[in-house]
Amino acid sequence: MTSLDERPTAGKLDLGLVRRPEVEDFLYREAQLLDDWDLDTWLTLWAPGPTRYVVPCNDDPDGDPATDLVLIDDDELRMRLRVERLNSRKAHREYPHSQTSHQVTNVILGAPEGAGADAELPVTAAFTVWRFRHGKASYYVGRYQYRLVAAGGELRIRAKRSVLAMTELRPAGDLAILL
Amino acid sequence: MTMTGEAPPVNTVPLVDEDVDHHRFRVHRDTMTSAEIYREELERIFSHCWLYVGHESEVAQPGDYVRRPVGGRPLFMVRGAKSGQLHVFHNTCTHRGAVVCRQKAGNAKVFQCFYHAWTFDSEGQLTGVPGRDAYGEKLDFSALGLKPVARMDSYRGFVFACFDAGAVDLGTYLAGAREYLDLVADSADGHMEIIKGTNEYCIGANWKLLAENSVDGYHAVSTHDTYFKYLVALGTDLKGGVQGTARDLGNGHAVLEYAAPWGRPIAKWEPLFGEHAREEIAALRASLVERYGPERASRIADTNRNMLIFPNLVINDIMAITVRTFMPSGPGQMDVTAWELAPKDELPQLRQRRLDSFLTFLGPAGFATPDDLEALESCQQGFASGGVEWNDISRGMARDPEANDEAQMRAFWRRWQQQMGDSACQSARGAQ
Repeated sequence: MTSLDERPTAGKLDLGLVRRPEVEDFLYREAQLLDDWDLDTWLTLWAPGPTRYVVPCNDDPDGDPATDLVLIDDDELRMRLRVERLNSRKAHREYPHSQTSHQVTNVILGAPEGAGADAELPVTAAFTVWRFRHGKASYYVGRYQYRLVAAGGELRIRAKRSVLAMTELRPAGDLAILL
Repeated sequence: MTMTGEAPPVNTVPLVDEDVDHHRFRVHRDTMTSAEIYREELERIFSHCWLYVGHESEVAQPGDYVRRPVGGRPLFMVRGAKSGQLHVFHNTCTHRGAVVCRQKAGNAKVFQCFYHAWTFDSEGQLTGVPGRDAYGEKLDFSALGLKPVARMDSYRGFVFACFDAGAVDLGTYLAGAREYLDLVADSADGHMEIIKGTNEYCIGANWKLLAENSVDGYHAVSTHDTYFKYLVALGTDLKGGVQGTARDLGNGHAVLEYAAPWGRPIAKWEPLFGEHAREEIAALRASLVERYGPERASRIADTNRNMLIFPNLVINDIMAITVRTFMPSGPGQMDVTAWELAPKDELPQLRQRRLDSFLTFLGPAGFATPDDLEALESCQQGFASGGVEWNDISRGMARDPEANDEAQMRAFWRRWQQQMGDSACQSARGAQ
């Protein structure tokens, strides 16, 4: 049990003291922002500095973006440009936006790695993302692999990898949305 | 008048209608929506044309295999462990039918059917039958090896199969497309490989819409505005625009060949690649000039190629190289499978740029392909609206075809009509 005086406080967050409910709250908040298409606020959940958002191909779940073809490999710049695209009226596949339901479960915290400002908390979680558009329903099922950091007294995402459990992308058609 | 309840007149008109005098080329929308035409296509096109199976690099070592649906049929390609030869087999046990290659890819000396444990070696020979003494001595087991496809051949590493034993040979079939496969392969002296990671997606649209879209220069500016904005944000200068031509390569194959603002890993530098890559790109280019002379080197390095090989193979050699095939599962639905082709032993920085270029433009999670899917599905939905019977594909009929004209689609459709024979000339009700 974490006693009250050990709880993280604003301005200072010790990843070693972070427990699953706080991580779940953070992931639920992220899911809500994605479902609300509030992508500008979603971007603020990411840590300052270099970040990485990766979705490997269905048939290569361990794919390394440096050597293998992946579906998404966004650094902070490309992620910002992706959000700009999705916010515009010219992302035809997502204009109008799909209605989505990002569902997060099976949250498991690993042991924090690194020390001080560089410390990272590995987290895995199961996801199911439903996407509805023009009467058509599609789904994405898989596992998130996060590396969370403490920045400005808050949890923030340093890296996120969404590994699809589906053997092919075909049930979903494409991946124009954010997982 | 139909007030009397009479059926409207049924005319037998060609579904592909070319009127050179009036600069009009049109295709009846039944070609996109009719279940009957889809069934005829499975027979007349996908059972008689050469179809892409895979790339030799995917089965580089003896015993390497990949499982592939080709023309809607489960097949597998294997490099014989003894002979080193490529084989493409129907993936079905000669005993009672179960598939014998059950993994997507791997290396194996034998393929054993799990149902009754009949065992085949990687050359296709039947080598094991449990309880063989229960069969009469006159049964010819040598005739019960794995069944190879009727025709199999490869060109510059690209492996094709054909289910029609009487088809023309692959080289004749590929016709003018060979020259463009050469340009792709020569960029790396023929040492190309398929990169790990496959795009397997689907589109709720007729397969021929993707054939058209894959070689459609006209839609780029309007449909892919967000991709061009992305390029500009990364420092690409779009001022030069797209300049080039379309060519009919024979047998329904066609290509767009053009200069475009984006860079090419072989071998046209642009700011997106970073300053550090300038020297490497210059060296690659110098080596191309040395091997092929300045003219062909420039064609390999500077020119983009969007090529359609009839019926369902696209090789787009642009800011990256995609090998894309697609197969209908109904008149309004197709499965798409796409791979990335690249030089073996490519410098890591260039490989990274190539991967970036592929996933941001060509991939189903990129800044462009999802919008193509939307366009194609939108067309399919529009067809259901009725009222308009024909698609117009007349652009550029009265001039030398440019890269944003539709001559390449007309080449595809003429061949489609020829291949479909009298079933491309059926009841177009009330057509005029």
